[in-house]
Amino acid sequence: MALIGIVLVALPFALSQAGTAWVRITNLAILFTLLALGLNIVVGFAGLLDLGYVAFYAVGAYAYALLASPHFGLHLPFWVILPIGAAVAALFGVLLGAPTLKLRGDYLAIVTLGFGEIVRIFLNNLARPVNITNGPQGITGIDPFSISGVSFAKTDTFMGAMISGPMKYYWFLLVVLVAVIAINLRLQNSRIGRAWEAVREDETAARAMGIDTTQIKLLAFAMGASFGGIAGGLFAAIQGFISPESFVLVESIMVVAMVVLGGMGNIWGVILGALLLSFVPEILRYTVEPLQKAVFGRMIVEPEVLRMLIFGFALVLVMLFRPAGLLPSAVRKRELAERKA
Amino acid sequence: MDIFLQQLINGLTLGSVYAVVALGYTMVYGIIQLINFAHGELVMIGAMVAFTLIGVLVPAGMNPLVIVLLATACAIPVCMLIGYAMERLAYRPLRRAPRLAPLITAIGVSIILQHLALLVWSRNNLAFPQIIKTVSYHIGGATITNVQIAIMVMSVVMMAGLALLVYRTRLGTAMRATAQNAQVAGLMGIDINRMIAVTFVLGAALAAVAGVMVGSYYGIAHYQMGALLGMKAFAAAVLGGIGNLPGAMLGGLTLGVVEALGAGYIGDLTGNVFGSNYQDVFAFLVLITVLVFRPSGLLGERVGDRA
Repeated sequence: MALIGIVLVALPFALSQAGTAWVRITNLAILFTLLALGLNIVVGFAGLLDLGYVAFYAVGAYAYALLASPHFGLHLPFWVILPIGAAVAALFGVLLGAPTLKLRGDYLAIVTLGFGEIVRIFLNNLARPVNITNGPQGITGIDPFSISGVSFAKTDTFMGAMISGPMKYYWFLLVVLVAVIAINLRLQNSRIGRAWEAVREDETAARAMGIDTTQIKLLAFAMGASFGGIAGGLFAAIQGFISPESFVLVESIMVVAMVVLGGMGNIWGVILGALLLSFVPEILRYTVEPLQKAVFGRMIVEPEVLRMLIFGFALVLVMLFRPAGLLPSAVRKRELAERKA
Repeated sequence: MDIFLQQLINGLTLGSVYAVVALGYTMVYGIIQLINFAHGELVMIGAMVAFTLIGVLVPAGMNPLVIVLLATACAIPVCMLIGYAMERLAYRPLRRAPRLAPLITAIGVSIILQHLALLVWSRNNLAFPQIIKTVSYHIGGATITNVQIAIMVMSVVMMAGLALLVYRTRLGTAMRATAQNAQVAGLMGIDINRMIAVTFVLGAALAAVAGVMVGSYYGIAHYQMGALLGMKAFAAAVLGGIGNLPGAMLGGLTLGVVEALGAGYIGDLTGNVFGSNYQDVFAFLVLITVLVFRPSGLLGERVGDRA
């Protein structure tokens, strides 16, 4: 445990040898892991397929951007905004959940997808008559994090070692990630976690056991959404710029693919899925491009396209051959085995 | 009044396309209770194949109408083949799996098809060749083009053909029997797997034609054009009552008109706070409203909670 901890803390020094880009990529991978863990509460624990999860990510990101950028002239510190972002995202989760949660699973999936699109369309168009989101141009100049005057955007020297901005974010993200994992592990075996599982397995039976199914599903939506909101706030701060283009349907599907590939409902599986689907495409980006240029003399398949094809095939193949994911949760595994018999 | 009539015409045109695509969703849902998420991509591929063929055939100097019909005739079998492959490879193995499993593969198939199309046809907006000269007719202050008339007529013909097939032939009877109760239908000697495949293939054929219609209406084809269209058509199918053929037609036309009128009047109604750029929101609002207040849709029977 301690060894893993030391390796994780020292990792950015090793990565920055390969280029700061890799620290950034790692940061994005952690962000996606946060998103996947948040979605796992909704999809994995409570069994509600949410295809519009990126909407909450967007809400969190915009909450941060509006409260800490020249756009409205507000510059609140991050530790004030992140909880606000989480709360607003949770509110959106309830707004979406309240009218839709009595729907059957597959209908719910489509409605959440529509919700994600509605949020994006509003972000794109709320520049008139009052300029709230600045439309498709997005919001620029978002404040970076700063703790007691030390800005996360600049490079500092500490005891002779160069500490770059992305490295500082990495350590911050690592702390958040550990906290979120801890919360998730505690949740899973709590009264609430077991209620979610019961609702997922058999809603009617769960209700008969005295679980308020609507409440408990709403709670799943709100909690999942609040994690998405926090990840969104972090994203806005790290990038310094956001626009509606970052919050398209494909992003939602990517997060779903991570959860499904890793193993719905299993926290470690979800983390594995998120890291795999974040890093493999990046590694491919650095290998496929030169390879194609060497073999064919030009680019045939862009890495971006290849990435999406990997997502698509991951979804299909996992469902066909390993429906419980790479690291299945014990309960799911049993359930799937029983249904087949 | 002029605006009203004009938007009604535009809405009915778009609505006919939604109706044709919605039929594909509704047929598949009716028979195996699956939301075929990738259905919209079939529309896109239909449009793309037709686009390519028109591009090839135009220099040959044939009659424009013949070219369009030929292109459509080639797009149909391509889409049918993809529809069949989809069912065979991605959905059939999961027929007994929990509900969400085939929905997730459907999303995967949709992404794969989109990006394969991107590889073949590039990520640019392709100008759909307007080889048939547009002629406008004026009725009571509004204009209607020959393309719009052709789209409406085509969709009516296809819907009538499908209705005949489903309600008047042996094949249609077998399909309906499978939809009602697959197990019993199997006991009566109906090849269920074949019926399901036929449903997919029929839906794909309709999608191919819809693709040509959308392409020639908007004059543009794009590898992502199917996603939004598919979602709207799904909304139309739900609005009409999913699993119900006349419902899909009614839902499609209603949604088209709601969207067009909404886009035409939202500016006036809200004092220009919201403009027609919110057009795409209507379909989803309709979808959510219907699902909340009347989940069985306009014409559907009550569907039990089978989650």
